[in-house]
Amino acid sequence: MIGLSDYLIVAACLFSLGVIGLFLNRKNVITILMCIELILLAVNINFVAFSHYLQDINGQIFVFFVLTVAASEVAVGLAILVAFYRTRRSIDVEDINTLQG
Amino acid sequence: MLEAGFFYLFAAMVIVGGMGVVLARNTMHSVMFLIFCFFNAAGLFFLLDAEFLGIILILIYVGAVMVLFMFVIMMLEVNQAKLKEGFLQYLPIGGMIALILLIEFIAASGSGVFHTDAIAAVGHFGKDVNNTVEIGKVLYTQYLLGFEIAAIILLVALVGSIVLTLRTRKDAKYQNISKQVNVRKEDRLRKVRM
Repeated sequence: MIGLSDYLIVAACLFSLGVIGLFLNRKNVITILMCIELILLAVNINFVAFSHYLQDINGQIFVFFVLTVAASEVAVGLAILVAFYRTRRSIDVEDINTLQG
Repeated sequence: MLEAGFFYLFAAMVIVGGMGVVLARNTMHSVMFLIFCFFNAAGLFFLLDAEFLGIILILIYVGAVMVLFMFVIMMLEVNQAKLKEGFLQYLPIGGMIALILLIEFIAASGSGVFHTDAIAAVGHFGKDVNNTVEIGKVLYTQYLLGFEIAAIILLVALVGSIVLTLRTRKDAKYQNISKQVNVRKEDRLRKVRM
């Protein structure tokens, strides 16, 4: 029988993978955004698992909101990336510190 | 039994996909692995009776957001090898932080707090329970304000990303609609006495 803690462990693994990805791929903004997606996916799995095991639909509503915010974050993040690429011809994070106003 | 098998399959594939995202050399491969990961997470959602969110994850996430990632990666001409320089430089500290997080999470989730009999004995809903209807009932009543705020967030993101990437060309010959609409007869017509 699959319990709540099994889902929580899967989500914990996914979250840790996302965190380690943030450290390893710190030069590549696109991969950083994808690691943030991984972290949010882990959170969503937690929400849905709790929603199922506590028989409470409210958790799924919050997943809906998290998905909305994550989608808009990706859209704006990629737009910033494209705008930055146009001026610098690079998406290296180390070049972004030149954007100081 | 079948459910447990599917759970282990989906869980293992989610983890494999996540590792692929982090470790893949090519950014495009990372996107592919993330799509794989999302599909298997949708499978986990289906196992948890959250059909609507599983479908949303596939349609919105894989169908829109990940395709957006792909477009951006294909649009930008990026030196992949340069981005992977110093890949392992921060492995010690990053791995340590992630490992500590993982141990904490697993210790918390396996501590028995989430293993009470009331939680463990949850079955699946029958055919008569419609997940989408249930979500709609709560979303449009109790969470109406949150729903509207989510809509506004999406609108702001839409406008913001257009504004950020808009490049007006100086030589473009576009119509000025308000000027066209507001034009009066006197502006253009001149009576000439013959």
